Amino acid sequence: MLAYTLQRLLYVIPVAFGVSVICFMLVHIAPGDPLTAVMPIDATAEQQAAMRAEYGFDRPLPVQFAIWLTNALQGDLGASIATGRPVASEVSRAVGNTLILAFTASLIGFPLGIFFGFVAGIFKDTLIDRAVTAFAITGVSVPNYWLGIVLVVIFSVTLGWLPSMGAGPGGSTNWAWDYEHLRFIILPAVTLAVVPMGIVTRTVRALVGDILSQDFIGALKAKGLSRFGVLRHVVRNVTPTTLSVVGLQLGYLLGGSILIETVFNWPGTGFLLSNAIFQRDLPLLQGTILVLALFFVFANLIVDLLQPLVDPRIKRG
Amino acid sequence: MFLKPLRSAALAVATVALLSTSALAAGTLRVGMTASDIPLTTGQTDQGGEGMRFMGYTVYDSLINWDLSSADKPSTLTPGLATEWSTDPEDRTKWTFKLREGVKFHDGSDFTADAVVWNLDKPLNDQSEQYDTRQAAQGASRIPSIASYKVVDPLTVEIVTKAPDATLPYQIAWIMFSSPANWEANGKDWEKVAANPSGTGPWKLTSFVPRERAELVPNTDYWDENRIPKLDKMVLIPLPEPNARSSALLSGQVDWIEAPAPDLVPALEGNGFEIVSNAYPHNWTYHFSRLEGSPWNDINVRKAANLAIDRAGLKQLLGGLMIEAKGFMPPSSQWFGNPEFDVKYDPDAAKEYLAKAGYGPDKPLTVKALISPSGSGQMLPLPMNEFIQQNLAEVGINVDFEVVEWNTMINIWRAGAADPSAQGAQSINFSYFIQDPFTGLIRHLSCDLIAPNGTNWGHYCDPEMEDLFKQIRNTFDPAEQDKVLQKTHEKYVNDALFLFVAHDVAPRAMSPKVKGFVQAQNWFQDFSTISIEE
Repeated sequence: MLAYTLQRLLYVIPVAFGVSVICFMLVHIAPGDPLTAVMPIDATAEQQAAMRAEYGFDRPLPVQFAIWLTNALQGDLGASIATGRPVASEVSRAVGNTLILAFTASLIGFPLGIFFGFVAGIFKDTLIDRAVTAFAITGVSVPNYWLGIVLVVIFSVTLGWLPSMGAGPGGSTNWAWDYEHLRFIILPAVTLAVVPMGIVTRTVRALVGDILSQDFIGALKAKGLSRFGVLRHVVRNVTPTTLSVVGLQLGYLLGGSILIETVFNWPGTGFLLSNAIFQRDLPLLQGTILVLALFFVFANLIVDLLQPLVDPRIKRG
Repeated sequence: MFLKPLRSAALAVATVALLSTSALAAGTLRVGMTASDIPLTTGQTDQGGEGMRFMGYTVYDSLINWDLSSADKPSTLTPGLATEWSTDPEDRTKWTFKLREGVKFHDGSDFTADAVVWNLDKPLNDQSEQYDTRQAAQGASRIPSIASYKVVDPLTVEIVTKAPDATLPYQIAWIMFSSPANWEANGKDWEKVAANPSGTGPWKLTSFVPRERAELVPNTDYWDENRIPKLDKMVLIPLPEPNARSSALLSGQVDWIEAPAPDLVPALEGNGFEIVSNAYPHNWTYHFSRLEGSPWNDINVRKAANLAIDRAGLKQLLGGLMIEAKGFMPPSSQWFGNPEFDVKYDPDAAKEYLAKAGYGPDKPLTVKALISPSGSGQMLPLPMNEFIQQNLAEVGINVDFEVVEWNTMINIWRAGAADPSAQGAQSINFSYFIQDPFTGLIRHLSCDLIAPNGTNWGHYCDPEMEDLFKQIRNTFDPAEQDKVLQKTHEKYVNDALFLFVAHDVAPRAMSPKVKGFVQAQNWFQDFSTISIEE
């Protein structure tokens, strides 16, 4: 187990390095000039060159990468070109807001997904199964930004029950888990939860159905094990794969959603990323993508480390 | 797909929406901006015209301000922190600015000639302690003529230009003056000043959450009594997504939105929201390549294209939210003049001009145009360009579009028609600010500013036009200068130097509670006259 844990931890280093190379290169390959966002359109070529030098964009790419990586390893992601604010503080503020949203969406999406998946799996090929599957497929298929807009039209514009945008009555700075703030999170969290809920439902349904059809279940039943007892075995067999899928979906939720955060004006990482893309704010873009990619890496690491604990069959390393 | 449900839902619940708006605090105006972030708060704002509108002319002043008091006449320059300015008749490069007495920054410090010099060093002198890269990026290119400046006495400043330049007052109107004492008090750290800025303007910034909101309260000691705000508070909220902006207005979370999507205007009006618009110095046009081999070198082709556009039809497409172009400047501009070439829809005349140029049904003209699917001031670029494409095809000009993303488009505009990035296109659709002689006229056609030195995209260079530009810079009497500007614009139109299409009308939608707003014919606006009626 120790060897396995160490091996997984060591894997993180090349993966994280690869991630950092890719996110640095991606933003530099994309067309567009970061100075466009910070200089009036008719700034002279001389003024543009001076500004390019000031931001270090006149240096060779490998040098820019080396400087960026060295600073990033020390927790300094540089400063946003557009705002001059430190990228680390911009990203951490946005990550905080996305975490709040992701946490709320997880509370909605995962338990419901697991519950629906179990129900559909147990009652496989019945009307209940078909209804749940249809619901799950709809959840996965409906474009969530469209769903978000529809929810806004119904609950904000038409009924006037919930706010259509923002992260609290005075912005996100003083977030609290009270009704005044929760009102703002309901619509984006529900919208965000729909896709992971659908995916988890479908995964759990397939797993439960598959396990219930295996011989050992028949053997357990023949031994006279109660229905609840059989279900306990099913749960233990379903958990590792479900955990993997939940881990991936958690990464998706933590990554924030550009579309959902834009529709609801939620100041999270997706919103930040979209602004950084449109402004060609390279340091902000690099910093945000790096942090989000590392979220995925660490979410998967945690899942990998948890799996042997719940599934003794995994004896890697 | 979103619009229909929104429209019907909104119509059905007009009362609910209105009830929810009326339950809000008195005297607070909440504005949904199109910007994705709060504009730079330290003085020299970013985010173009919108930045200056909400964070420049609110918190700060310039030596020379824009007069924003009237909706009926073109906006002109007016004394700001300087009460008068003049050039030395013996040496036209020397300008003297007499400063307004008794003006204080929000932090209580005095506005003096020292503060003026300090503020000019801020973007221009990279050796000065207060030099700020971000403000320099925004400000330095706005005042290209300034060579030096000095304090003459506590209320007089002398500015020397590199060459005689009568457009200096327009350049100066871009420069915002922040408090040196406040910068000192904030540890000489612009990042700290950003959270606690101090200008001389009619509004004070009291709180600021990056990317989310900024709150401003009136400066009750403002030097111009007529511009002391009536509101208790103004809240600025970045809402870049048009549907999110409209939903926020419909659900009562904001009282005012910039640029409602044209499709949503009927729904907003149907719910009692007011749509306010006015002419302002904005232009939506096609630049022509004047490189060798370009068909646009022939005036007959240029005139034919200008006569082929059904601008009234285009206006209908935009729900009435545009002004039909009669030239490069909007017809109400003080610089429009009396051009002889009448820019109108006359497809038969267009075909005749094309025939003169040697094109006809048997030999149609094919041109390539760069367009963008979105972008600042672009209105609704795709449907508008498709409309124009159809119009031009009807007279015998086939247009192939090269669609590029807006940021890339800006780079191509800067690079010019001869650059490989222009992909051989003979025209580019662009939209921009044309509020002063430089941005409005000079930069597009000056020989010195042929790309990549400037934004003369098409490489146009004409001695007669150069002479007019020279006259603009050397005519120091404003009324006489206006006449030269009119003459210049007449040449723009008579020579059909661009495809004149449309001017935006800066539509904004607001709750019926918002009273007293006067939409000036300007990119900047005065929020002081506004009140909220409960």
